[in-house]
Amino acid sequence: MMDEVDRIIINELQEGFPVCERPYAAAAEKLGLTEAVLIERLGRLLEDGVLSRFGPLIHAEQLGGGLTLAAMQVPAADLERVIEQVNAFPEVAHNYERDHVLNLWFVLATERPEQVGAVIAAIESCTGYPVYNFPKEEEYFLNLRLAV
Amino acid sequence: MNAVLDSGDPPSALDAVDRRILIACQAGLPLVERPYHAMAETVGIGADALMQRLRLLLARGVIRRIGVVPNHYRLGYRANGMTVWDVPDGKVSELGARVGALPFVSHCYRRPRHLPLWPYNLFAMVHGHDRAEVAGQIEAIRACLGPDCRAQDVLFSTRILKKTGLRFDKDQGGGGAGTV
Repeated sequence: MMDEVDRIIINELQEGFPVCERPYAAAAEKLGLTEAVLIERLGRLLEDGVLSRFGPLIHAEQLGGGLTLAAMQVPAADLERVIEQVNAFPEVAHNYERDHVLNLWFVLATERPEQVGAVIAAIESCTGYPVYNFPKEEEYFLNLRLAV
Repeated sequence: MNAVLDSGDPPSALDAVDRRILIACQAGLPLVERPYHAMAETVGIGADALMQRLRLLLARGVIRRIGVVPNHYRLGYRANGMTVWDVPDGKVSELGARVGALPFVSHCYRRPRHLPLWPYNLFAMVHGHDRAEVAGQIEAIRACLGPDCRAQDVLFSTRILKKTGLRFDKDQGGGGAGTV
């Protein structure tokens, strides 16, 4: 179970983390903790799955790869086969079933931007269903913070 | 801002050392007293050089931030809805900025329509403890859009079918622990 210290750590360390020789000591001081306690707590929160990550969060497009959101409309009877085929593509990073006519939504990540089209075409030809491409055209303010 | 940041370097401006750093970042920050020193050892450069490069990567936005990423589901945010909106193209930037600033919206993007199946051009991910809370958030977004909201829908995920880190090859950047 999370306690107040966990809550403080999660709330405050979503804002950022120092880059210096002893960053845990610097961050801990601000939170009224010790370096050792902060390191121990972060380890436990990661182990328990309360945190999915701790560290630098990379802005994927900035790396020069291709990235898009794509969706498909697949009849229920064919869904499991198509899921298996779509998931088999290494370029498919995340895949969700959603409650909509467009019932499969996945993220494609390719090494180079121009490869996105080829991967979409390959998924269409192997599944037999059209893939709708939803590339990000503009990004608005991102709230990466979640209050707990 | 210094000259490096103002030059509008394309993504390809990342050099081999930057790429090694970003690969090392994927494992998360080591939980030791001097984590950047540990990371520098992995990358094969000095700790001061590594920290300087991290600061630059942060300033350029290649690294969005350093910090914790909570597991929404484990924290009780069980209803994660993709809300989608049809708003006039000429106003989408202004409206998107407004919606994106709402505290319960984590990501807000403009994406293309696919008519007639998909009339929506504004996507906003919202997070609530249950669907009733999300319904309230949708009302708040609707109020924020006012008469510019022409149609709206929300898609909840019913199954996670695959969730891996984005691919990130050693020779060519392709992802990492990023946001889409």
